[in-house]
Amino acid sequence: MHHVIIGAGAAAVSAAETLRQHSKTDKITMISAEGANPYSRMAIPYLLTNKIDEAGTHLRQRPNYYDSLNIEVIKDVAVSLDCANQSVMLENGGALSYDRCLLATGSVPLKPKIEGINNSRVHNCWTLEDARSVAQYAQADMPVVLMGAGFIGSIILEALALRGVELTVVEHQDRMVPRMMGEKAGGLLKGWCEYKGVRILTSTDIVRVEQRSETRLNIHLSTGDVLDAGLLIAAAGVKPNTAFLQGDQIVVDHGVLVDEFMLTSYENVFAAGDVAQALDFSSGKREVQAIQPTAVEHGHIAAMNMLRASSVRHRGSLVMNVLDTLGLLSCSIGIWQGVEGGDMVERFDPDRYRYLCLQFDGEKLVGATVVGHRDHQGALRGLIEGRYLLGAFKEVLMKDPNKIMEAYLAVAQTDATLVR
Amino acid sequence: MQKSLNIDPDKCTGCRQCEMACSFEKEGVFNPSRSRIQVFEFHHEGRFVPYTCTQCSEAWCMKACPVDAIRTDGGLGAKLVNDDLCVGCKVCTIACPFGTINYVPDTGKVAKCDLCDGAPKCVEACPTDAITFIDAAATGMDRMRKWAATNNPASAQNA
Repeated sequence: MHHVIIGAGAAAVSAAETLRQHSKTDKITMISAEGANPYSRMAIPYLLTNKIDEAGTHLRQRPNYYDSLNIEVIKDVAVSLDCANQSVMLENGGALSYDRCLLATGSVPLKPKIEGINNSRVHNCWTLEDARSVAQYAQADMPVVLMGAGFIGSIILEALALRGVELTVVEHQDRMVPRMMGEKAGGLLKGWCEYKGVRILTSTDIVRVEQRSETRLNIHLSTGDVLDAGLLIAAAGVKPNTAFLQGDQIVVDHGVLVDEFMLTSYENVFAAGDVAQALDFSSGKREVQAIQPTAVEHGHIAAMNMLRASSVRHRGSLVMNVLDTLGLLSCSIGIWQGVEGGDMVERFDPDRYRYLCLQFDGEKLVGATVVGHRDHQGALRGLIEGRYLLGAFKEVLMKDPNKIMEAYLAVAQTDATLVR
Repeated sequence: MQKSLNIDPDKCTGCRQCEMACSFEKEGVFNPSRSRIQVFEFHHEGRFVPYTCTQCSEAWCMKACPVDAIRTDGGLGAKLVNDDLCVGCKVCTIACPFGTINYVPDTGKVAKCDLCDGAPKCVEACPTDAITFIDAAATGMDRMRKWAATNNPASAQNA
């Protein structure tokens, strides 16, 4: 059996490893479009701050790792998929036929529709290639404008600030990371960044980019203000990379729709990671999550079902994000907004940049937001994903949400802890 | 046979010697908040519960790591953080459903129990044998590990 994996990110590598773990003989081919060894976009901010070199971004860092597992990594671009003939067309190397195909092509940055945006001093910060360009322009004291303070923007924000650029962040929404946390928590992040010397303009749009001189741009804002910039970085969101799918063979909504076995609408074609619109743990609906832990889960489950049809069912992945904005840690998990008719407890300590919010649906924890605390955040996942009935510990948490670890041990680890 | 930490909360008196030993061994300071094993208190029950990583085979932390910085020690089965590779992204800290891998701001890396190369200092420090290092079968940690294997929330084996 020949498994062809289109993509070389977290979902692709997770799938390839799972395939090899369970089959010593099947042929496994990964198609890497960027000419690089499989690497992690998540590591790019650390590359920008010189914490690591490019090799440090690689998803697997053992020498000859893929060779040793007999996983072939082809550096080429999949330009189209012929489902009827079970074949992937490559840009440079003809066609690859498959028995099972995994679409793990990730996502691509959204291109904002702004006058003058096509300029050599406007860059995304998504690929290694982007990172090289950003590193070239984002030198100390250079005025840099970052468009977007979502999750990805906020990760880049830290890297840029640490490079010593003169940074201004422009965000369309009324707060930072609006899809990751609410007003109070998002407000804390903004206040903290400003305290650290980064200018954050929320509820503001970039309306026009103008070349002011050979090395400088004028960034025109919706407020009428104009910013001087040597570099504009666009982090206005990403979308599933489905452009290579032509015709109507594979059903695409926001992303490639997959069933509980990660199978697309066409036989023998699976999808995983950012490109897949798959079951969300909390809503029970199919959603594009585009986060690292979900990509790894998708890749594993897809591979199991590529090996043996309908063998492992996806129960849905939980949305979770963790962020470090210039030393202020935050995370949100699950339905952090809460559910209708559910209970909520929060602790807000703006002077110390701390926030803690737990959301309940009946006796179960369904979501959480944490700012300024760092320990045992994983237990929030354990509690939410285990769908544990909290019993008496719901009252304990309503009185003191800091008791999350005690609640977790009492309801989720009863066997080991003997707490009743 | 693989050995694992066995924790018997009935025997724990809450003296926190394990936390002191762990933080000194791993961080060079006597500071319970820096310990990788933590003792939780349940006042109503008068119970103390030492708690740390079970080195579970599901290894959510290891699988979620985007830069290959967490690997299994072949002999011990411990999941070890390689400080040279860890970038401090913290994905493992939310991926681990036990909450037993945490970020350390001072180092910019994550830290977890590594079984001290096979001679856990928490075990040496415990005066009441509440923490022992024994054959893995049928320990409380083994039950937690089984929990990990059967409760992988993202997937379920079909019959």
